[in-house]
Amino acid sequence: MTAELVERYGLRMLEGLLVTVELVVISVTLGALLALPVALARMSRSRLLRGVSFGYVHFFRGTPLLAQLFLVYYGSGQFRHFFESIGLWWLFRDAFFCAVFTFTLNTGAYQAEILRGALRSIPPGQREAAMALGLRGPVVLFKVLLPQALLIGLRPLGNEVILMIKGSAVASIVTVYDIMGVADLAFARSFDLSVYLWAAVLYIGMVETLSRLLNRAERWLSAHLFAATKA
Amino acid sequence: MGDTLALLSFGPDGWGDELAVGAWLTIRLALATLPFGLVLGLALALMRDSGRRALRIPSNVFTTVFRGLPELLTLLLVYYGGQMLLARIFGEVEVSAFIAGLVALGLVFAAYASEVFLGALRGVGRGQYEAGHALGLRPPAVFRLIILPQLIRLALPGLANLWLVLLKETSLVSVIALNDLLRETSVAVRATKEPFLFYFVACLIYLSMSAVSSVGIAGIERWSARGIRRT
Repeated sequence: MTAELVERYGLRMLEGLLVTVELVVISVTLGALLALPVALARMSRSRLLRGVSFGYVHFFRGTPLLAQLFLVYYGSGQFRHFFESIGLWWLFRDAFFCAVFTFTLNTGAYQAEILRGALRSIPPGQREAAMALGLRGPVVLFKVLLPQALLIGLRPLGNEVILMIKGSAVASIVTVYDIMGVADLAFARSFDLSVYLWAAVLYIGMVETLSRLLNRAERWLSAHLFAATKA
Repeated sequence: MGDTLALLSFGPDGWGDELAVGAWLTIRLALATLPFGLVLGLALALMRDSGRRALRIPSNVFTTVFRGLPELLTLLLVYYGGQMLLARIFGEVEVSAFIAGLVALGLVFAAYASEVFLGALRGVGRGQYEAGHALGLRPPAVFRLIILPQLIRLALPGLANLWLVLLKETSLVSVIALNDLLRETSVAVRATKEPFLFYFVACLIYLSMSAVSSVGIAGIERWSARGIRRT
């Protein structure tokens, strides 16, 4: 029974794994690109920027990912004429794209808050010193503040990636064949619960690998800090 | 605009009452899950903190598994797995989707809560136990009178976060045909062909639940810190 299941769905399951990895990697990367301007907007002096970024972050952190996905996937159909007129309908018709789009907006909001917290925890003297050296704004941000902020934010950002891996399973509900989607399909045809257990092993394997890498990366990146305290 | 209001009105033509019924189920499910998750989480934390390996290892495995699995997968495993297990014992029985949702969400909540409680336990410090013993209190009394009140105060911010996560995760039960807010919204969408409007309104309802919770949490935090002198 089980051997037959493996033969029939084993390869598909691995394809599902690839789809899950794609979903997460693309969304987290695009989300990171989105998070930096949003975090800066949250701390900006302009009330408009602060207001808009506040609304965006609170909407995506305060509502279920599944509801957001439905809003994008089914909701976009209501604006079909608009999307057709700007030539983007083929994108929003695609479940995989809708999932990536939703996950990007979602993780972008979470990452922005992590980044904002990390940037705020850097002592103001760092920025003042960099400016006193005559460095320009972008250089201060990218060469002085961000490297420190990323080190502080490494653990919460890593946890956010883990949450995204787990959260990406909801894409299966809108017909994306990720790990969860393949498991659903195999279960619907075989009524054998073990397919969900394979999926469980794959997910836990991914999450555990990542969290171990994270521990190692943290130790490696903060080595100079420990060296400093020892001396 | 008038049409929109009619769609959302309470009564035979509008969907306001259906959404309200769904929202009420979402709230009931989250409230029912909370005590189960809290008690199990505290028990897990005490096991993980204990000196006995026979207690430590299973509780650590539990935490790793339920923090690593997607909530959706946990839910389906509990729902279908429970059904098969009960069918094997009692013959054909229907597993209540509400109970399956409660158990699945509770297991996940407990795994994360044990992490929060564990941190809080370390925060209370060994000296408090020793002082309790020195006063001649028995271990259960030490825990109830000295450790627990401090534990609650230290764990509260983390638990409050988990509550907000739980509220959002209840949306997954719509997949196992439980008529929560998201599922009632989907029913309305199918009937009215207004996906964007209804899913957006559902998101706003989730947001308002979080907002009300935040007010409540602030009150509980004040109460739990009543013995702490503010400076």
